[in-house]
Formats: sequence, C-alpha cells, structure tokens
Amino acid sequence: MAGLLAILVGVLFGAGVYLLLRRSLIRLIFGLALISHAVNLLVFTTGGLVRGNPPLVPPEAQVPPAGHADPIPQALVLTAIVIGFGLLAFTCVLVKQVVKTLGTDDTDSMRANEE
Amino acid sequence: MLWTILLLFGLAAAAPLVAKFAKGASGWLLAAGPAAILFAYLAQLPILPGESRSEVWEWVPGLGVELRFVLDGLSATFTLLITGIGALVLVYAGGYMAGKAKLGQLLSYLLLFLGSMLGLVLSDNTIALFVFWELTSISSYLLIGLDHERESVRSAALKALLVTGGGGLLLLGGFVLLGIAAGDLGLKGADAFSISALADLDLSAHGLYPAIMVLVAIGAFTKSAQAPFHFWLPQAMAAPTPVSALLHSATMVKAGIFLLARLHPALGGTDLWTALLVPVGAVTMLGAAITALGQRDKKRILAYSTVSVLGILVTLLGAGTVVAIEAAVVLLVAHAFYKAALFMVAGNVDHGAGTRDVTLLSGLRKAMPFTFAAGAVAALSMAGAPPMFGFVGKELFYGKLVTAEARSTLLILVAVATNVALVAAALLVALRPFVGSSAGVAKNAHEVSAPMLVGPLILAAAGLFVGLFPDVFDATLGSAMATAIAGQRVDMHLALWHGLNPTALGVMGLSAATLVLGAMVYHRTRRLLAPLAEALSRLRAIGPETWYEKGLAGLVTGSDRVTRGIQTGYLRHYVLAVVVAAVVLAAPPLLRSLPGAAPLFPEAPRPHEALLVAVAAASAVAAMVLRSRTAAIAALGATGAVIAMLFLLFSAPDLSITQIMVETLSVILLVLVLSRLPRLVTRSSRSRRIADLAVATLAGGTMALLAIAATTVSLDPEAARFFAAASYTEAQGRNVVNVVLVDFRALDTMGEIFVVAAAGFGIHALLRLAPETGGAA
Repeated sequence: MAGLLAILVGVLFGAGVYLLLRRSLIRLIFGLALISHAVNLLVFTTGGLVRGNPPLVPPEAQVPPAGHADPIPQALVLTAIVIGFGLLAFTCVLVKQVVKTLGTDDTDSMRANEE
Repeated sequence: MLWTILLLFGLAAAAPLVAKFAKGASGWLLAAGPAAILFAYLAQLPILPGESRSEVWEWVPGLGVELRFVLDGLSATFTLLITGIGALVLVYAGGYMAGKAKLGQLLSYLLLFLGSMLGLVLSDNTIALFVFWELTSISSYLLIGLDHERESVRSAALKALLVTGGGGLLLLGGFVLLGIAAGDLGLKGADAFSISALADLDLSAHGLYPAIMVLVAIGAFTKSAQAPFHFWLPQAMAAPTPVSALLHSATMVKAGIFLLARLHPALGGTDLWTALLVPVGAVTMLGAAITALGQRDKKRILAYSTVSVLGILVTLLGAGTVVAIEAAVVLLVAHAFYKAALFMVAGNVDHGAGTRDVTLLSGLRKAMPFTFAAGAVAALSMAGAPPMFGFVGKELFYGKLVTAEARSTLLILVAVATNVALVAAALLVALRPFVGSSAGVAKNAHEVSAPMLVGPLILAAAGLFVGLFPDVFDATLGSAMATAIAGQRVDMHLALWHGLNPTALGVMGLSAATLVLGAMVYHRTRRLLAPLAEALSRLRAIGPETWYEKGLAGLVTGSDRVTRGIQTGYLRHYVLAVVVAAVVLAAPPLLRSLPGAAPLFPEAPRPHEALLVAVAAASAVAAMVLRSRTAAIAALGATGAVIAMLFLLFSAPDLSITQIMVETLSVILLVLVLSRLPRLVTRSSRSRRIADLAVATLAGGTMALLAIAATTVSLDPEAARFFAAASYTEAQGRNVVNVVLVDFRALDTMGEIFVVAAAGFGIHALLRLAPETGGAA
C-alpha cells in the first residue's frame, strides 16, 4: 500500500508543479493546494501505515493497544493541514486583490504593467 | 601592549569631537596619544638581540586565536616609527587641514590606522595579525577616499582596497595552511598560529610549504606595492598629504615588508623564498625608479620612488643573508625618516606655492627657507649621500651585492641604475623647486605654519643624527631587529667610514659613481621628461593597471548580465529553477537507494484502497486540466475528501476530521472568491505546456521516489513510545495525537495559532486596503 500512496504523492506533486508553472494566478492557488496535500501524505506515510489501530487509549486501559499507529507524524500533519489552510486563504484573498487592482490574473501582463 | 592599541582606537573615536571643540589645536592634542606611546616604548630600550617581551590575552581559544603581542627588535623599531611619525603626521594634519570641515574625520582615520598598524606589528598570532592587516586596508581605504565627492578619489580608494584586500584574502589562506602545517609538525592549539613558535619547525619540508610561501608572498606584494600589484600606490596620491606621508613611510606599505621580515625565520632560507622575492623586488625597484623620473607631480615622484625602495627591501629580504638583512634594516629606517619628511615637504610646497608640478616650481628657497632646509637634508638621505643614514644603508646594500657568494653582475647593474634614478628623483623633488629663478610661482609663495614645519624638520634631523651616530641605533635596536629577522644572533657595527680595504673601496666607487650619474641624469630631466612620460603612458596601456580596470569593468557587466539572466521577474522561471535543481540533485541518490528499499507491494493492495488512490489521483489531474473554475474547485475538493478517507483508513481519525473541515471551508472560500475572478483561459503554447508537463512529471517522479525511500527509514520509536505511555498516565488524555498537540508540544501549537491568526489579520488588512488602491470596493 505504501507503494500506491507513494505514487499518489508523486501525482499530486506533479500536478501541483504543473499548475505553479502556469501564467494564471488562479491555477497557482490550485497548485499550492495540491502540493500541500502531497507533502502531508508524504509525511503521513513516513510514519508507517497501520490499519484500524489509531493511537487512542481505550477506556479501561492506561496505554493504547499494541501495534497502534505512530502519533508523531499525525500530530505534524495535523498542524500542517491547518497552516496549509491559512496559507490557502491568504493566497486566495491576495490573488483576488491583485486581480482586482491590475485587472488581470496573467502574471506576464502584470510584469508588462510594472515596466 | 594592548593598552597602546586600545588607546589609539579610543582616540580615533574621540577625534571628531576633539576637532569640533579644539579646532586648530586638535592636531597637537591628539598627537599627545601616539607621543605618549612613543615614550612608553622608548622607555623599554635598549632591546638586546634575541630578547623578546610578550603579553597574551585570550580571544577565541577554541580556534587558536589569541592576542599574543611580542616586543622584540623588529616590532619595537616599527612601533617607534609608527607612533613617532604618527604623532608628527597628526600635528602636520592639524595644520594642513586647519579650518576644513573634514579635519576631525581625517584625524580619526589616521588614529584608527595607527592603532591597526600597531596591532599588526605587535601581533604574534597569525590570525590576529591578519585581522589588524585587514583593518589597515580598511582604514587606508577611508583615508584615501577622504575627498569622496570626487570620482577619481573614489576609484583610487577602491583600487587600493581591492588590490590589498584581495592580497589579504590570499594571505589568510596562507596563514590557515600555515596553521595546518604547524599542526602536522606537532604544534597544538594557539601555538600552531604563533609566529614565534613556527621558527623552530622545519616548515620547508612540509608538502604545503610551496602553497604557503606563494600565498604569503602575494599578500605581502600587494600590500607593499610590488610589481605587478604596484599600481594602486601612486593612485593613492589622491589622498591628502598627511595621509601620503603616513602611507608611504613607516606604515601601510611597509606592512608587507614587515610580514616578510617577521616570517623570514619561519619560511625563509629556501630556494623558493629567494626565487620569489629577488626577481620581483629587482623588477620593482628598477621599473619604479625609472617611472619616478617620468612624473611631474612631486607626490607621484615620491610615490614611485617609494615603490622602488620597497623593491630594494624585498630584494634584500629575499637574499636573506646577514649582510642583506642589516642593509634592509638600515634602509627601512632611513627611508621611513626621509620619505615622511619629503612628503610633508611636498605638501608644504603645494600649500605655499599652489602647485606640485616640478616643471613649474622654481626659486622657492627664499620664500620657504625652513621647508627647503628640511627637504634638502631628507633628500641627501634619499640620494644616499654622506653623512646621512640613507648613505649607511646604501653602502650596506652595495656591500652585500659586491661580497655576495654568487655575485650577480646583473643585480649590481640593476641596483646602481635604481640608485642613480633615485638620486635624480631626490634632486628633482628637493632641489628643483627651490633653486633657479624666483620669477614664477615663487613670487606669491609663502612659508607654511609651524605645525607643518615641525614634522619635516624633526624627521630630517633624525635621519642626520642616526647617520652621524649609527652605533647608537645598532646598540639599542638595530642588532635586535636584524636578529629577529635573521633568526640568528646578529651584531651590527654600523659606520660611515669602513677604512681602506678592497671591498670598501669598491663600494665607495659605486657610491661615487651613483651620485655623479644621478646628478647628470637630473640635469637632463627637462629633456628626458617628455619622451619618458610618453613611453610610460604607452606601457601603461598594456600594464597590470589596465588589466585591473578591464577586469573590474568585466566583473560589473558580467554580474549585471548574470543577474538579469537569473532574475527574470517571471514566477514560473523561479519555480522551474527550484524544481529542476531539486530533481537534478535529489533524483540520482534516490534512484540508487531504490534497490535497498522494501518491496513496493508486499501484498496485493486491497481493492477499496486502490480505488480511493485512483480517485484521488484522477481528481488531482482533473483539477489540473479542467477549464471550468467550478469544476476545478470540485475536483480539488474531491482530492481533499479522498485523502481524508485515506487518513481514516490508516488509523488517523483526527487528521480525517480536520481534513474534512478544512477542505469544506476551502471549497466554500474558493467558490466565493473565484466566482468574482476571470475565467480560466489557456495562455501558454502547446509546446510550452508539454515541456512543463515533462518537468512536472519529473518532479512528481522524484517525490514518489522520496516517498518510497522514506518508508525504509526506521524512525526512532523512543519518542512515540513515550507519548503513547505518558498520554493518559501523565496528561490524562486518551487521544494521543491531541495530547501531543495541546500538552507535550503546546508551544508549537501556540506558534501555529499565531501563524493562522497572522494570516487572518493579513486577509483582513488586504480587504480593508482595497478601496484606496483598487478604486471601487
């Protein structure tokens, strides 16, 4: 399964890079979103994949059951998801303002305006 | 000894304030500092051969850097020259710049320079020496560039900085290699960087010796203006006269000589040492002496003659025999006296008569009698005429050449030609302006003020005194200095008269011939000047200075081109550069690690998992290619939702919940924002899209490789075990991930909250800003 997820990471990242290389600022936002998905998955798979055994302590026990998933990558990814959302929201509004101010979402013609 | 350096730096900081309040008297006031230091070191005399007093302060013990100061014959002589001439130059500067706004600045830089120079000559630790070495480069840059409003001044200052600074870098390389070599030979810690400890080692047998020697020699050559690095020094004439006096006499340019002298016991005595120093010194002394005669500006004549004398000193140190070192010691001191005096005389003439052009000046002897007297006495020393100290030095120089085991006729000829040119140059700067008709510029000339006479008169008198009583010098300092340079005990017995023996007669013959020939050349200078100047300007076009200028211009245009090439202003070019570089660097090692990785599919993937991965991949590709904004957003949302399901399948319920919430919010936000933005259109050409797709595929492939390689890394289970065990027992939480976030790593989470809050403030600000910049909200 790790192999499949690795391929998915590759597809998400590749699609993200392709979108970053477009001239459209809107596609840039999509690219950022896909790349953060890719990175989250990458960190997640690094911790090793465990099915159906989350790091939770059952009501009658003191520690999680043996063989539980590693909590550390999960904690890292959880943080990353939230930060990624902050970034996405900020980029969205920034792009909106840029397009409104300059009248285009084409990065090339923005450069022409500037000169 | 540290206090003397700190005192000078302290005075440098105070100088602008002193100049503001004391005005004309500030030169005298500030000169008290170096003068006090001069007397403090004079009180240490006599220093006997082989004697050295040291003092150590810790600096960076871990790196072997310490402030170890050593006072022996060599450093004591330099210390006295620096502080003595320094004090006189400060007095002179106070008079020369009286009433000018930049007086405080000049005095401050001069003191900074004196302090750096003092640190340089006293340092025994190579790294500390290098720091002071660079400080002298920087302060001389400030001094030369004092009149920075003029373009030519700025470029001259920059030239000095680049040439000496470049040499300084090589010198640092040499010192580091020297430390490594010393470490190999058994010196530990700071000892490996201590020059006095190096002398006992057999460094020349070490494999690094040639590299060390070349690097140190180039460092010294740049500082001491040896060919082909000499060109910055005459350019430094842009500096005001007190600066020229200081730069050219005891200090800046002698730093290279000092370094060679200091390192002679450690590095000298080899064929490589001689082969590097003697030819460079010989070419420099003759070339510069002839060039000096082709100049009209008194300061430039003096500058080139300085380069010439430095060449003589390098040659003598390169020869490295006891006689040669004695000659170098005497010439160095004699030159310091007469050259500082002559520069001040040149400044006085400029001040009193309004020009430094020797072809215009004449008949100043009545208008400027004291300046004339000081100049004449100093010039006698420069010309090597008895009974001056310069005469003693030149006699030793000739004596060394005549008695050398491998007597070189070529070297004798070069030496005589050099001295002939120096005699003529001395007459040109010290006689020509004062004799002859007083009809021209002399009519309105006037003698200068007392502060500007004190320096040249004292220095000229000092050269005469030491010339008349040379045994005073060799008993108190000279023998000790020669001993420190030679690395073996030297007892100097200087005298004006060496009795009647074949060697002495031969030397006297050479001296007499030099003086006569020099006088003859001087009489013909009027006719020689024009053709010589023309030939020199032709030489200049192919010389090192032209190369320097072309190199500098090329560097500027080259970096301009490179910058424009890299900094295109197109976002995708930056992304491309980052991605391609990452792929090129990361893919090969990842590919190599592939065979060692765990089998990709140890078990057949479960159908529902495979389906989810396929859906996620398909929606990502759809988000990439769809042209409808809403469809693309939907595809993006689908990707996120499927990833949330994968999190759930693989035991991460918290991630799943968070992902679903964030994804929902993101989709709402994107729909809200993007519906007001233009539609998606295809802008790039087909070939561009294919090329980008290829890059993206490579990037994705590299990431997939990284993900596979990551599975083979076994993380340290210790942290996970701790969190799992402590989650309930210590933090009373049953959800380990949550406990990690809000308890064990609470500070990280707080940082995260700040980031999200900052993004929120940013969004708010952007939305508020809109009406002012974008027109209608």
